[in-house]
Amino acid sequence: MASNDSTSKTIIVALALCIVCSVIVSTAAVMLRPAQQANKDLDRKTNILAAAGLLKEGLTVEEQFAGVTTRAVDMATGKFTDSVDLATYDQRKASKDPALSDDLGDADIAKIGRRAKVSLVYIVQGDSGIDKVILPIKGYGLWSTLYGFVALESDLNTVAGLGFYEHAETPGLGGEVDNPVWKAKWIGKKSYDADNQQALTVLKGSVDSSRPEAIHQIDGLSGATLTAKGVDNLIKFWMGKDGFAPFLANLRAGEA
Amino acid sequence: MSSTKDVLFKPVFDNNPIALQILGICSALAVTSSLQVSFVMCLALTVVCAFSNLFVSLIRAHIPGSIRIIVQMTIIASLVIVVDQILKAVAYDISKQLSVFVGLIITNCIVMGRAEAYAMKNPPAASFLDGIGNGLGYSIVLLVLAFIRELFGTGKLFGFEILSVVNDGGWYVPNGMLLLPPSAFFLIGLFIWALRVWKKDQVEAPDFKIAPNSSGETV
Repeated sequence: MASNDSTSKTIIVALALCIVCSVIVSTAAVMLRPAQQANKDLDRKTNILAAAGLLKEGLTVEEQFAGVTTRAVDMATGKFTDSVDLATYDQRKASKDPALSDDLGDADIAKIGRRAKVSLVYIVQGDSGIDKVILPIKGYGLWSTLYGFVALESDLNTVAGLGFYEHAETPGLGGEVDNPVWKAKWIGKKSYDADNQQALTVLKGSVDSSRPEAIHQIDGLSGATLTAKGVDNLIKFWMGKDGFAPFLANLRAGEA
Repeated sequence: MSSTKDVLFKPVFDNNPIALQILGICSALAVTSSLQVSFVMCLALTVVCAFSNLFVSLIRAHIPGSIRIIVQMTIIASLVIVVDQILKAVAYDISKQLSVFVGLIITNCIVMGRAEAYAMKNPPAASFLDGIGNGLGYSIVLLVLAFIRELFGTGKLFGFEILSVVNDGGWYVPNGMLLLPPSAFFLIGLFIWALRVWKKDQVEAPDFKIAPNSSGETV
């Protein structure tokens, strides 16, 4: 046996170690992948349901998600499309891919840079057609991009819920976008005014409920002016003409 | 069996990796804003540290000196990847919050330091215990930090409300600074101070003495 420091021994030890370690790592990765994938799916579905205010105790997420249909929408035309595979489509990846997204230029009030050409939407079916529509939203706050969902009632105007599942805003200040008390203020607000223009907005300060426009307004977050401004921008963007407004108009007219 | 006990429990207070050796501060700042997340991080680090010590010690007689650091790194990195994969499979929410910090256990000086300083020279069983002991030493600091930060930063412990905060209609105004990483710095400082008041032998001799102002000289 050669000494430990001979060249041949060094190479043998290095090779053997690499083989053993790579076998262990790849075995773990392959064996655990189904469980990880299931967790990811569950997480996504939980976020969607939580945003829509549909998440209930007692039922599993899978059971609750059974009533939800996933559809893809072409953002340019505002109509449903079958051009992507719903099971594998990764919207976040697509919004970074020049081939699958549009540069927003000046229209980019939510500071997201690019918008995916195709967006997934989630439709909750009720007894008489659509019960709720859940739309993915994102935009820049103070430190980070906020990712979330907004849910609309069957009139495609009244907000049924809003929630963010990923952000890195300051805990206790901008992080209060996760506060259930604040999120509850969104419920029942109207997204569009009588002329069908986007009107939903987050104020700086509190809403004067005696004014008629209060139905479109949400209290700002105290101590988090910039995060609230970011949420205001992103809701204006996604509810506006470069966001889901064309799709919602089509859906309302039954032409999506 | 006092030596076994020493190996296991010395690192908790007498030779604490964070408080005395000042290692592993990075993750101690990052993950301690919630007790649950810290707990999982401590568990992950303890497991990695114990097993990396065990495996390094098992093959220590065959590790060529010229590549010993790389060999240790390979073993540690493999273990961390396995732990990360397991976390993603069984505790997805927590692994999302820990994000890169599980991966960064690879570069945590505690693990590498124990492999090089202890496992290379000692038998496997003792090395394994040394790994657990250092994991415990790391854990005690993290858990104390997380307890203070979560309780006074959010009014909760393990996510359960203890002090009802003003935003939810309670009386407690949470200290938002405790949720930010710098607060962990202050707390670690206070922890080290408290520990050195208790165990005086940990106080380091000053590197230099500040000389008194020389009054007699004129410019």
